[in-house]
Amino acid sequence: MEREVAIVGVGWEGFQPTTPHYSYKELIYQAAQKAYHNANVDPRKDIQSFVTVAEDFIEGTSIFDEYTPDQLGAVLKPMHTITGDGLHGLITAYLMIRSGICKIAAVEAHSKASNIKTLSQITHYALDPMLNRPFEFHPDFIAGLEMARFLHEAHITPEDCALVVQKNRRNALENPSAPYGFDYRLEEIQDCQPVAYPLLESHIAQPADGAIVVVLASREIAESLTVEPIWILGVGWCNDMYNLEYRDWGHLPYVTKAAQMAYHQAQIQTPSKKIDFAEVDDLYAYRELMSLVALGLISKHELPDALKMGKFHSTGQLPINLSGGSLGMGNLLEANGLAKLVEAVLQLRGQAGKRQLSFPHIGLVQSWRGIPTSSAAVVILASS
Amino acid sequence: MNSNPYVPVVSLTEDDFSNGKVLFRHDKLDARYAWDTGIAIGAFLGGLKGGVILGSYCATCRKIVTPPRIVCEWCFRPMRRLVQLADTGRVNTFSLCYVTWDVKRISEPEIPAVIEIDGASPGHGFLHKIGEISPTEVHIGMRVQAVWKPAAERCGSITDILYFRKL
Ligand SMILES: [Zn+2]
Repeated sequence: MEREVAIVGVGWEGFQPTTPHYSYKELIYQAAQKAYHNANVDPRKDIQSFVTVAEDFIEGTSIFDEYTPDQLGAVLKPMHTITGDGLHGLITAYLMIRSGICKIAAVEAHSKASNIKTLSQITHYALDPMLNRPFEFHPDFIAGLEMARFLHEAHITPEDCALVVQKNRRNALENPSAPYGFDYRLEEIQDCQPVAYPLLESHIAQPADGAIVVVLASREIAESLTVEPIWILGVGWCNDMYNLEYRDWGHLPYVTKAAQMAYHQAQIQTPSKKIDFAEVDDLYAYRELMSLVALGLISKHELPDALKMGKFHSTGQLPINLSGGSLGMGNLLEANGLAKLVEAVLQLRGQAGKRQLSFPHIGLVQSWRGIPTSSAAVVILASS
Repeated sequence: MNSNPYVPVVSLTEDDFSNGKVLFRHDKLDARYAWDTGIAIGAFLGGLKGGVILGSYCATCRKIVTPPRIVCEWCFRPMRRLVQLADTGRVNTFSLCYVTWDVKRISEPEIPAVIEIDGASPGHGFLHKIGEISPTEVHIGMRVQAVWKPAAERCGSITDILYFRKL
């Protein structure tokens, strides 16, 4: 397996439902200075390229890339912004290092969800203006459609999805950075307002603010900077089509393709045997289950039993979303992927505190850009 | 209608749109935001409400910038000290705008200008506008002073300064 690029530093600020004490720039700066300290680098001298991820409508500023350099120490340095999840940004930085363009790069993603007063309207605007928007449904209807078809095909029940909510919000209790930790009983999760049948309000990750910065380096630099580089073994990304009419509603083929790309690079033939833990998309509880199937970490048929046996619990055979996931840490918008990546890095370094697994070697991180997208990114990491 | 015999052209009129002869779809984005001002810009806006202009000092670069920030963009060290600056300065650059933001032509131009504030390091200041002056008189390097809104009307906004006028 290749060990060419490593994660040498992570820093984050938050996560919290609101962060009135900082502007978004100050929030990012806090994450950046922690990441640079963690990586033992000076951004002005050492970091050769910077990548941020952001979406203009979410920021409320057109051409938001203009607003990103100063809080990262990237003024008058190579830097660009892409519209994607943090994992897309991470993969971009990885590719720059692999291509030899630079040896040290930083990636940033953030959420100031609390500053957006009409978030569902912004999401609504991601729908096709001619064919889908005129119905004026609340955008969560798409999750309702997808969940209904998945439950139908996989013989999963809403109660099974409640198990995911329960697990992730309990996991979050052990994560000091996760604001939505709670020890719910199953009936409390199920006794909740429906949003878009069969989706309940309790199945949806609530918005949170936060910023995350990750520093990557080439092999020789990584080994000189730290005794615990976390190696990137494989990366993959994929998009399906935008339109709602022709989707394969019961499956996530784009997640499968992204994962296959990453597995191929990492030379992993049987992911369910090789992967020790995973941080996967759980913006809606059912998505965690759909993603696990799409990633090839479990088959549809094994899923109901695996859930009941607690296979994905922190003490189970394949711990999933030990961080608390998005249900526990909050929906950090384009920063969701990096929040999950931070957890994987901490686990592989042995720095995950009370939720630390014993000696994990390989972790998988997967993210999705939320409804209505069909956009996936996968990164496979290994400890030294 | 078809004035060119070689190319079949159909002209459209305003009526064709309003009578539904041409299909199109209107939509309007309801995008609303409330940005946290944070430590540095929060202090700056609070200062304006109190009638003062604040900057911040970088002990590493020995530089004062305004509006203030919590990190120096050049050395990436924290800027921990706020300093009160004068409400006077010098025009770094300006323009005379004869078209408003919503594209209306005007005969008396609006005059945006970048003002280097006295007490800040050279080249540092902020965007504002110039008033009480004939457009032909404005020039680069012109000394100016802030004209403030009455204290009771100030609300912690960049527009708490009405404009800068020639000193
Ligand atoms: Zn400085």
